[in-house]
Amino acid sequence: MRRNVLPGLRLSLGVTLLYVSLIVVLPLAALVFKAASLGPADYWQIVSSSRALASYRVTVLAALAATFFNLFLGLALAWTLVRYRFPGRRIVDAMVDLPFALPTAVAGISLTALFTTNGLFGSILSDFGIKVAYTPLGIMIAMCFTSLPFIVRTVQPVLEDLDPSLEEAAQSLGGSDWAIFRKVILPLLTPALLAGVSLSFARCLGEFGAIIFIAGNQPMSTEITALLIFIRLEEYDYQAAAAIASVLLFTAFLMLGITNWLQARALRYTLRT
Amino acid sequence: MRKRTGCTPPRVGDGPFFRRMLISIVLVVGAFLILAPLLIIGVEAFAKGWQVYRDTILHPDTRHAIMLTVLAALVAVPVNTAFGIAAAWAITKFDFRGKAFLLVVIEIPFSVSPIVAGVAYLFVYGLQGIFGPTLDAHGIKILFAIPGIILASMFVTAPFVARELIPLMQAQGRDLEEAATSLGASGWRTFFSVTLPNIKWALLYGVVLCNARVMGEFGAVSVVSGNIRGQTNTLPLHIELLYHDYQAAGAFASASILALIAVFTIIAKLALERRGAGRVRPAVNPAEKA
Repeated sequence: MRRNVLPGLRLSLGVTLLYVSLIVVLPLAALVFKAASLGPADYWQIVSSSRALASYRVTVLAALAATFFNLFLGLALAWTLVRYRFPGRRIVDAMVDLPFALPTAVAGISLTALFTTNGLFGSILSDFGIKVAYTPLGIMIAMCFTSLPFIVRTVQPVLEDLDPSLEEAAQSLGGSDWAIFRKVILPLLTPALLAGVSLSFARCLGEFGAIIFIAGNQPMSTEITALLIFIRLEEYDYQAAAAIASVLLFTAFLMLGITNWLQARALRYTLRT
Repeated sequence: MRKRTGCTPPRVGDGPFFRRMLISIVLVVGAFLILAPLLIIGVEAFAKGWQVYRDTILHPDTRHAIMLTVLAALVAVPVNTAFGIAAAWAITKFDFRGKAFLLVVIEIPFSVSPIVAGVAYLFVYGLQGIFGPTLDAHGIKILFAIPGIILASMFVTAPFVARELIPLMQAQGRDLEEAATSLGASGWRTFFSVTLPNIKWALLYGVVLCNARVMGEFGAVSVVSGNIRGQTNTLPLHIELLYHDYQAAGAFASASILALIAVFTIIAKLALERRGAGRVRPAVNPAEKA
């Protein structure tokens, strides 16, 4: 390795390590420490209480449903934005970022306003007997909204860089559009899709602001895990809050690991082609 | 892109029927899921008339919430910008062990639930936390006060600037900086005259996104703020308070300020993307490249 002549390693690395330690690592370590101080029996009792289990179930199921929906909508959006030219395309492209830019509390109250039984969408849906606000369906809608950009934005660049000659080769061999999409294009998009899916799912699991307004927050049915932590804090039950928060934290680490692995894989794939 | 000659078949999915159908579906779903929530804010904010809107915005509690939100951004954004630059410089200009690990740690706040972040801060600075009792004995208030709000915001947005700069500076390499220093420029001079001009749009891009997130952060701030009206309520918390007070019009009026900031953020983001920011998308993993 050649000798590095650039200055500033000590300063920049020092600042980075200090900041990361104080702002990121220290609080998370404190949380893990607090949860660990419970002892295995108490810890297990808290994190496996029926109310906690119900909150994991509704959070994970809604997150899965939202991510599944976003997989299709995200792919369709990315495809439309990259492949087609139509009036307003740039505006749609910009609007995809709105869920990232709009504060979650704002998204929460406006989605609730739309989907309550006297709201614009809610009133129409209730004619068909579908209730969205204050049901698990509402949680799903809020998750769909906040995590939509992830899949669009991970698939879009890959779709842009797709080599047209691959499709042409498949076409010259007589493949139908659907067969080419399934056998040529989709395999090339899969790494990016998977990375987007894992980012989207992770975001859904941790989402709080957008959901609490629309969810109804009934224990055992529409209470998400993040809210249960908040409720335990309000009851001054700090140990329980720490224990349940540590479950979310470990899930986040797991998702971070999966995402990094998938992204590294996606990157290797795009570099090779 | 190659020029298409007459004899090549249309690309996959370019059939007029499929094309129109997909565009229509995307536009309709997009309008329902993204545009409608934005528009309803304006509708609801003015539902009780201009007077109520004005009264909410000018109410001392709202004004205080705006001030607090701006204050949090004024502290958290510059600090995170400085951190982002330092981290990007260290990671892209030098080789050291544990770099890949450091990159993952920087990304952590991005995947941790804001509620978990808030709770974590409670166990550092709260009375039941590590430093809490000591701080309390000296009469220093961090939690349920402004410093706690700023710290929580800093946690949530820590990766924003760094993750814009790192892939870009990685792609740009070290040659220019090495040339500048070998010609005798100091480290700071090298940074300000060589590196900064090359990264300014990406830097601004990260700053804009960081600012939007700080101003809109809800979960983490709601845990550490204590929700004291007129004291520790940021704008998003103020919205929640009004909403649960059955003052929907007031909540939406306050929300309209944040929605406006979101729209400006998107416009700024677009303008910066035209200048090439935000382009080096895939998170370049130096460990992979090496």
